[in-house]
Amino acid sequence: MQILNGMTGALIGSAIAAVAIIVAPFFVDLFQIMQLTVFAAMAVLALSLGFIWGYGGILCFGQTSFFGLGAYAYAVSAINFGDSTPAILLAILVPVVFAALLGYFMIYGGISDVYLGVITLTVSLILFNLVNSTAGDFYKIGDARLGGFNGMPGVPTFNLPGNPGYILTPEQAWMVTGIALILVYLGLRVLIASSFGRIIIAIRENETRAALLGYDPRIYKLITFMIGGAIAGFAGALYVNWGAFVSPTIFALGLSAQIIIWVIIGGRGTLIGPVIGCLLLQWMVTEIGAQQALDANFILGAILIVFVLLVPKGIAPTLRGLALSRLARTEAAPPETRVKVKT
Amino acid sequence: MSAPLLQTSGLTIRFGGVTAVDRVDFVLKEAELRCLIGPNGAGKSTFFKLLTGQLPPTEGHVHLRGQDISGARPHEIARQGVGIKTQVPNVFNAMTVHENLWIAARHKHTPAFATELTDQILTQLRLTGIATKEVGQLAHGQRQWVEIGTVLAGEPELILLDEPAAGMTHEEVERTAELILEINKSRALIVVEHDMQFIKMIARTVTVLHQGAVLIEDDVARVLEDARVRDVYLGKGLAA
Repeated sequence: MQILNGMTGALIGSAIAAVAIIVAPFFVDLFQIMQLTVFAAMAVLALSLGFIWGYGGILCFGQTSFFGLGAYAYAVSAINFGDSTPAILLAILVPVVFAALLGYFMIYGGISDVYLGVITLTVSLILFNLVNSTAGDFYKIGDARLGGFNGMPGVPTFNLPGNPGYILTPEQAWMVTGIALILVYLGLRVLIASSFGRIIIAIRENETRAALLGYDPRIYKLITFMIGGAIAGFAGALYVNWGAFVSPTIFALGLSAQIIIWVIIGGRGTLIGPVIGCLLLQWMVTEIGAQQALDANFILGAILIVFVLLVPKGIAPTLRGLALSRLARTEAAPPETRVKVKT
Repeated sequence: MSAPLLQTSGLTIRFGGVTAVDRVDFVLKEAELRCLIGPNGAGKSTFFKLLTGQLPPTEGHVHLRGQDISGARPHEIARQGVGIKTQVPNVFNAMTVHENLWIAARHKHTPAFATELTDQILTQLRLTGIATKEVGQLAHGQRQWVEIGTVLAGEPELILLDEPAAGMTHEEVERTAELILEINKSRALIVVEHDMQFIKMIARTVTVLHQGAVLIEDDVARVLEDARVRDVYLGKGLAA
């Protein structure tokens, strides 16, 4: 019942957000639309980690591996096909296959949580170095030159499905990215409310108990990890669509750390939290960058420390807790007033 | 003659130089209620871990209705119909009492039937009043009941209870004893317990473990009068 009510709330909130996304181009200028587009693409990435870490209990320190693979898969196939639709599918498929292989060896190999973090981090650095060293004509897939540290410029952006001649305008690309964020969010909400979602939360809470009830924790964790990879890869495609460009820095350490900070500050164990954390911090970093008075990383670090110390649960759970206690107080009030009336 | 519900033969586990369970031959019939006692470190919980696949045996075998399950993984053994309440409660802390049981029931059943079964067990265990409470916030005794409920919701045919009465008030202990006898009407149980009063309430046949091996296995009255049992519980010189 509670889940159902929460779901109604999520649907209403999403509907409002969708309307806002569609009308936004009439109110804000193109530069800001472009900013919002990249924020939304990154928020999809934040959701991927928010899901596998917050609900699956898997702290993946290299979520950028899947983000980057998705971005490169999109770029390479968009250049070759000249059509974005199959490229987006490959941007999801390639990271999923990679997550399946990596996840299989880690999870079925019985690697503990801490080492899982170390391995995923290392993998993202390996991919960074690997792609970084693909400069020159020798490294190309079909017509697509990987370009090493220079990256791949001039990647075709999204076109209308089935009509490669019709390239989306920046406003349309913004709408697609914004709506995609909402759909990923709602999709994850449905997944978490399902039996599968309940079971992965149970496994996060107590793996031994779940196994003693007959659930194989490994397959559930692997599927969770793969879903995270799929979403991160999709975010990669959205990101390339924004800038028509991809370079190895997409795998770099800085971004991996940022995603984790978004989730911590927004609130682990919620889905709206990582989205809020991502949008808020990206906006702040952009503002600070425009001021050029303070170093953005310095501020980011300070914010992280303040949150870990003072708001350890993150923004969304803290706000929800406050709202619930307010609600409990107002619900408790009526009997009191009745007593007052009697006396 | 059909195979017994549970049979171990020469079941042994060693940790380095320590033999925690030492060549245990144990037979449990269908629908039997067996109590397993022994002093601290006798190997009772380790024996349970071997039965449920949480530890692989160094030597020997475990057969469930004639099928060899030694070395199988915990979820595989659970699917064969073995449920366990562990010594330290293993529950889903951040989830409600209802969700804890529902997850267990969901393994075999559709979501709707799982909800029905959960409500039924909550009523049986008188937990309906705290169904929406988070398990992490409950008292130890209540957590024990939640775990027992979770085990029941999985509908196992063999239930292992490791110190089910620990941390309970006298009244709760009596209710636990009643519950065990009720469960035993349809299912087999092995109960590990320290509390002799509790053992007397429920026991028929008792197996005593000492230093990993079976010391004696007999009717409860005879076991409790046995000089060797007193020796291992009280320490040798004292009982003599």
